[in-house]
Amino acid sequence: MPNINDIQNEIIEDFSLFDDWMEKYEYIIDMGKSLPLIDEKYKTDDYIIKGCQSKVWLKAEKEGDRVNFYADSDAVITKGIISMLIKVLSGQRPEEIANADLYFIEKIGLKEHLSPTRSNGLVSMIKQMKYYGLGMESKIVN
Amino acid sequence: MPAILKENSAIKFRAVREARGDFPILSTQMNGRPLVFLDSAASSQKPQFVIDAIDKYYREQNANVHRGVYSLSQLATDLFEQSREKVRAFINGQYSREVIFVRGATEGINLVAQSYGRKFFKPGGTIILSQLEHHSNIVPWQMIAEEKGLEIKVIPINKEGELQLDTFEQMLSEKVQMVAVNHISNALGTVNPVKEIVEMAHRFDVPVLIDGAQATLHGSIDVQEIGADFYVFSGHKMFGPTGIGVLWGKEELLNKMPPWHGGGEMIKTVSFEKTTFNELPFKFEAGTPNICGSIGLGAAVDYFSQFDPKEVVAYEKELLAYCTSGLEEVGGIRFVGTAKNKTSVVSFLLEGTHPYDVGIILDKLGIAVRTGHHCTQPLMDHYGIPGTIRASMAMYNNKEDIDRLIEGVRRAKMMLG
Repeated sequence: MPNINDIQNEIIEDFSLFDDWMEKYEYIIDMGKSLPLIDEKYKTDDYIIKGCQSKVWLKAEKEGDRVNFYADSDAVITKGIISMLIKVLSGQRPEEIANADLYFIEKIGLKEHLSPTRSNGLVSMIKQMKYYGLGMESKIVN
Repeated sequence: MPAILKENSAIKFRAVREARGDFPILSTQMNGRPLVFLDSAASSQKPQFVIDAIDKYYREQNANVHRGVYSLSQLATDLFEQSREKVRAFINGQYSREVIFVRGATEGINLVAQSYGRKFFKPGGTIILSQLEHHSNIVPWQMIAEEKGLEIKVIPINKEGELQLDTFEQMLSEKVQMVAVNHISNALGTVNPVKEIVEMAHRFDVPVLIDGAQATLHGSIDVQEIGADFYVFSGHKMFGPTGIGVLWGKEELLNKMPPWHGGGEMIKTVSFEKTTFNELPFKFEAGTPNICGSIGLGAAVDYFSQFDPKEVVAYEKELLAYCTSGLEEVGGIRFVGTAKNKTSVVSFLLEGTHPYDVGIILDKLGIAVRTGHHCTQPLMDHYGIPGTIRASMAMYNNKEDIDRLIEGVRRAKMMLG
């Protein structure tokens, strides 16, 4: 399993090939469409992260010493960004998730999507993913 | 017709099409493209005329009002009070002392709920709102209803987004203590029959508050003709600055209401034993008011008076029709809110897409629209949708703006489909 920063660098390299915003967003939309959906039974209020505009569902599962994430959103651009976050963080160790510096978002020019005023639930989602990392780390210690 | 226009009927109006050039921001860019601003229902842009008035105030006229004996303070006070008179004329109120300067429509509603409601609401009574209300005309009433033990009832709408007045008639009784509805729906653009609503409520002696936040962008209004007891609106939604708005109320009612905020300006005499309160409008204007905001709002009223209100309405209707038919041609558009009488607001969904995604793509194309629930969650729940894409037009928009929007929606459809 490549580490968090290797995956981030790979995404940054992929994005460097795009000439304009349209190609970039078409790629994000495609990723959004191909994100493996969270099982419908988890699309409940227990797993929801409510943005003002779009909703995100997030579930974390522990597998050995790794954490796997499953997520979905009702907005496809949000979903595309989620799929990148999952690519970066899913399958990593809890402490690495909790301490991850997610610099790729700014590097590929999507920082605006993480502004709290975008109200798309992404900021809360990252917090939640890191929180899961922290929580599971402490469980392992116990 | 408001007195200001009657008195000036000999003046020559400017053509509405000239308005666009008065708004400097409309020649700027967003994301590298010329800005197409279609979110005036959230906040309108400001003409140079208003910007100049604000600039001049701080450069040449600034001093506190109603306090100094020196000439500069007198000048600021005169300008401030002239603005109150301009606003009175704009809404055709009877007396300028019925015009209370507040921060915006939201504060105006809170003032009435807290002052009138605290004094006059009785437990077991009812407050009637409508399905079309903005959160700012719901939450203040819920707060006082909870405190005083009242129930909130809601006038339903039909699928076009029009209020069901026959149901409203059945809801009315002696138990009702306030009716609060908007003049124009921010999310759908429906123009409500406010005069009829007021007449119906008054048969039961029920006071009516009209939230006019969306109405004043489209021209002057006539509070005496409408007959409401309270009318509120915001300056920033009618070419004026933010942070200033108006609560207009009937003098008789305002006089009976206790002050809401305490402080300077709203008092006559103060001792630690007892304070006596000032008269209208100062009773409700504690502290140093938003002097510059009021002057800016007065300038916005003056700006409006350069145009023929009939021509403004006709022009906006033309834009509305052009936008609606253009979107119809795109295909896969679901219009939300199709009232017979509506203002220049088009709320819609693009089949198979989320409003947020469409909003992001339009933003990249330099087009500013609002997406989401428009602070009307109960209304969106009623339609079973997460929100809409809303294009709202003002007299500074033109058909090129609409063409850009249609092209943008086509692009979004292609990318997201």
